[in-house]
Amino acid sequence: MSAPATLSEGSWQYRGLNAQNPGLDHLSDGLLDLVEAGVPVVAGTADLQYSNGLVKFARAHPDRFLQFGISEQNMVSAAAGLATTGHTPFVATFASFLALLCCEQIRMDVAYTKLPVRLIGHHTGIALGFYGTSHHATEDISTMRAIAGLTVVSPADGPQLRAAIRASASWPEPIYFRTSRGRDPQVYADDVEFVFGRGVEHSTGTDVTLIACGTQVHPSLAAAEALRAEGLSVGVIDMPTIKPLDAELVRAASARSALVVTIEEHNVLGGLGAAVAEVMAESPSRARLVRHGIHDEYSLIAPPTHLYRHYRLDAPGIAEVVREALAGADAGAEVRSA
Amino acid sequence: MPSATTHPPAPHPPAKHPSAALAPARPVADAALLADRAEFVRTEAIRLIELAKVGHYSSVFSAAEIFAALYYGVMRTDPANPQWQGRDRFLMGKGHAAVGLFPVLSDLGFFPAEVLNGYTRLGSPLGDHPDMTKVPGIDFSSGSIGHALSNGLGMALGGRMNGDGFSVFVMLGDGEMQEGQVWEAALAGAHHRLGKLVAIVDRNGFQLDGEVDEVVGIEPLADKWRAFGWEVHEVDGHDAVAVRDLLLGLADRPAEAAPSCVIAHTKKGKGVGYMETEPGWHLGYLVPADAEAAVAEIRSAAASTGAGVRA
Repeated sequence: MSAPATLSEGSWQYRGLNAQNPGLDHLSDGLLDLVEAGVPVVAGTADLQYSNGLVKFARAHPDRFLQFGISEQNMVSAAAGLATTGHTPFVATFASFLALLCCEQIRMDVAYTKLPVRLIGHHTGIALGFYGTSHHATEDISTMRAIAGLTVVSPADGPQLRAAIRASASWPEPIYFRTSRGRDPQVYADDVEFVFGRGVEHSTGTDVTLIACGTQVHPSLAAAEALRAEGLSVGVIDMPTIKPLDAELVRAASARSALVVTIEEHNVLGGLGAAVAEVMAESPSRARLVRHGIHDEYSLIAPPTHLYRHYRLDAPGIAEVVREALAGADAGAEVRSA
Repeated sequence: MPSATTHPPAPHPPAKHPSAALAPARPVADAALLADRAEFVRTEAIRLIELAKVGHYSSVFSAAEIFAALYYGVMRTDPANPQWQGRDRFLMGKGHAAVGLFPVLSDLGFFPAEVLNGYTRLGSPLGDHPDMTKVPGIDFSSGSIGHALSNGLGMALGGRMNGDGFSVFVMLGDGEMQEGQVWEAALAGAHHRLGKLVAIVDRNGFQLDGEVDEVVGIEPLADKWRAFGWEVHEVDGHDAVAVRDLLLGLADRPAEAAPSCVIAHTKKGKGVGYMETEPGWHLGYLVPADAEAAVAEIRSAAASTGAGVRA
């Protein structure tokens, strides 16, 4: 055996870094809240306990933690079996694997059976940057939303994720939680409340209403500030529950504003924008809709912040999309003509 | 029966049995009863498939003695309290044989016999594949081959956490061995030492497109399960007494031990001569005259082996 290497400050290894500072510590914290409240939680992951921070829960409750190894489909089906024995399973892995590789297990074993399984798809959208398309999830809202009986929740930040996990104790349906890396800027205070099926109206406006979910709530709020400084009347809605959608709030916004812009770190096909479009198309509103997100393509390779800038999923980019939309353009035009 | 449109669902609280002392004992069945009930499985499947005008005859016939042994001679269940937490569980990876299981559940009292008469008709809880949200006594829904061993794995893990002590029997088709998820679950079952988890492979040799070993071979099957850390037993799947005795022994294994795999050597279509030699009977339909003849053939075979009289 060789002696341990002496490394310089700044070098790091995966387990050491994530065990000290798990980005998604709100996930474990939410589960610990539930255990304290008497919910028989069993947490499981597929070889990613340091990425999703479940290592914290595993250390606190080793008897209530299951390591499935790299067998995501087995994990989802086993979680459904566990749920029949009175436990409340939470199983977590990268959203790309959970919502796409395990889509059929989720449909057959979790949703069709109406079991109270909680699925945590993390590192959503293009958050894994240059890890590439295999690790990106820009289709998960679309696939999960199409499964009957499955609730789909995309919290804006850690505190909202933790609050949603707490609130899940009284939500009998199976749930797909979509969450990013947990290293994203915080939108809400630590004691934020969460109500399933209800959007959060941060502000109202007559020129435009921004409807965002997940990582896009924070930059949308910042973009709204910038647009207000230019004299526009801008509303912002955080829509964490994508299914069941808060259709009332969408109708109210589209009755009040001339323009509605949806913003999501997801393909514009089938995601939040599509859900909002469905409501607007079936209501008497005359507001125009622009869907902003990834326009039916696979992301380029780059560090995440560079990707957010490139795809205009940061505050300046969102503000720019809104200005163009108010000038008559639609969000995908540039990308599609490129 | 719960309505087909129940929504949103109750969160499936496990039902505690009112008193451990009142918990049902294991059923007791002699050779004559097992043979009679295996015949009942086959003849009822023929009757129900007549209603649907299409069904999986031969997949049921290979498993008839296994159904009979499990439900009349091994599994502790409580038809009056189908969600009883301590009950033994049965899952079917080969869910397409459910038409053989529904009559058994009805016979045991899980639901009234009249429900069978609506098999596959609009709004019936009974379709080609079993649905746990609609049919009392079905422990897990299936239909997509390859999930069931993982579902059973989760049940065995949850039961052991609770200290419930029940066994989980998972019937798998031999064609199902081609599904990768089966082997994910096999790894995990051995890793967690789930002594109460029993896989039963209905080794009837055929799948939809032909002989399993010609479609994509699975042998040496026993060696594969052994290599995955399972204790393997082989049995004549049509010897209901041998199946009963083997499964009774496995049901009493400790919760913390190697899981068991039973390879049940069976004949696809067992009981109806032309089905035993033609794999196309995986799916088919008999017009009433042929159905009647098939029932007669099954009854006469049972009579010649001394079965047919219910004890």
